Amino acid sequence: MRKICLTVVGLYLMMLSAFSQKSGFPDSVYTPKPLHLEEVNLVSSYYTQEGNHSAVLGGIGNEHVVDLSNGLDLKFVGWDMSHNKHTLSLGVGFDHHTAASAAYVSKTGASKPYGNRFYPSIDWTIENKKGNSFGFGVYYSGEYNYKSFGLELNGSHKFGTNTEVDFKASGFFDKVKLIYPSELIPSSTPATTGVSSYTTASGRTVYTDGRESEEVGIPSSPRTTVTGSVSLVQIINTRIQFSATAELVGQSGYLGLPFHRVYFQDGTVHVENLPNSRIKLPLGFRLNYFAGDHVIFRTYYRYYLDDWGIRSHTAELEVPVKINSFFSVAPFYRYYTQTASTYFGALGTHTAADTYYTSNYALSKLNSQFMGAGIHLAPPKGILNQHFSSLEARFGHYTQSTELYANVLSFAFTFK
Amino acid sequence: MRNKVGLTMMGLVALLCMSACTSVKEYQKSRLNDADMSLSSRKSQKNELNFQTYREGSAGANGGKTGGGCGCN
Repeated sequence: MRKICLTVVGLYLMMLSAFSQKSGFPDSVYTPKPLHLEEVNLVSSYYTQEGNHSAVLGGIGNEHVVDLSNGLDLKFVGWDMSHNKHTLSLGVGFDHHTAASAAYVSKTGASKPYGNRFYPSIDWTIENKKGNSFGFGVYYSGEYNYKSFGLELNGSHKFGTNTEVDFKASGFFDKVKLIYPSELIPSSTPATTGVSSYTTASGRTVYTDGRESEEVGIPSSPRTTVTGSVSLVQIINTRIQFSATAELVGQSGYLGLPFHRVYFQDGTVHVENLPNSRIKLPLGFRLNYFAGDHVIFRTYYRYYLDDWGIRSHTAELEVPVKINSFFSVAPFYRYYTQTASTYFGALGTHTAADTYYTSNYALSKLNSQFMGAGIHLAPPKGILNQHFSSLEARFGHYTQSTELYANVLSFAFTFK
Repeated sequence: MRNKVGLTMMGLVALLCMSACTSVKEYQKSRLNDADMSLSSRKSQKNELNFQTYREGSAGANGGKTGGGCGCN
């Protein structure tokens, strides 16, 4: 009997020592761990859209869009001598889209109706033993007519075990290429030559005497976005937690798009003109409730206001139902409503007396509904093999009161 | 007026939530640490947040980015 007891105790001690090898912070002999690849995330998404209020054509016209996007994130984790956890995330994304309206940047519909976007990112976070963290990120996004460079600082501080305050400050420094509708391209006529010239959307300079220059020289205009945000994350009890986020966003520079047409009452056509500054204040609240053992209520509400006259409410409910410990199904519903911007007018409603004008229906009075369902699969031994640790799939159908509708199908694969 | 009422309501809800807090120990957080209880958007929502930002007049306070990218089409 004593032998059996000693054997059991011995086995227990062996198990303890085996698990202690996996501990992040062994107390006796601590050795820092260099960064190692811990997780790989691949997110793919397919988006289609139909509508008849294209801003390129002044609020009328085909809004058909197909977008295929893929993003890959590599997450590296390591610990330094001071027991700080370092997390390095390297991301790269690539989108390809076709857009019917893009063809009509040229009046004849001859412009390129497709484009690509490439967006790499780097995030570094340092977290100490108390769980407080500090991090920074660098972002780039490039497409033919738009380049963006972004920087972000973020941090979090825990107050006890149930309260956390997060902060974030970011700046995006963008360049909008000034591609105008073909009939509105400004031309110049130097007095010395008397020959007019203009630059096409592809960057060629065309002279009225028939010459063409291959030199790419479309000027750009800057757009700057600065954001500061504070979040409070609070555990209420063993089943409920919530967060409240206040964000202040300031934008300056060229905030319209140069290829958006606006048709005035008198039939003349103009390039969209919007103020060169915008202040936005979104306030977001999340509350998640684990009811019983199988059902979770994920709720979200946002109130938004800006100095362009838009006020909006967003409410969202998602209810993941756990079929078993590693598989859940989550139907969701989102309702959104907004007032119109002061500067919005439908086709043929603006007049020469208006300083600012747009017929972009994203700035109109509208409401939208988005509904669908997702699944989350994370078996303890992985999917197909132990490295493929989880899969999320999600489909949503979106309808807007402006007669725009869209479908989006997304997959997120996690490998460990 | 409606905005003030809305903001006051949100403040009151937040205060009520905080006043109802109980201290939760680490070993009691098994449900709170569930992946579906995360107080952030899902990985698979990344592109949904993108298109909503471009098709609607407001953005922010939801974990998505507030700048970068055109969404021109």
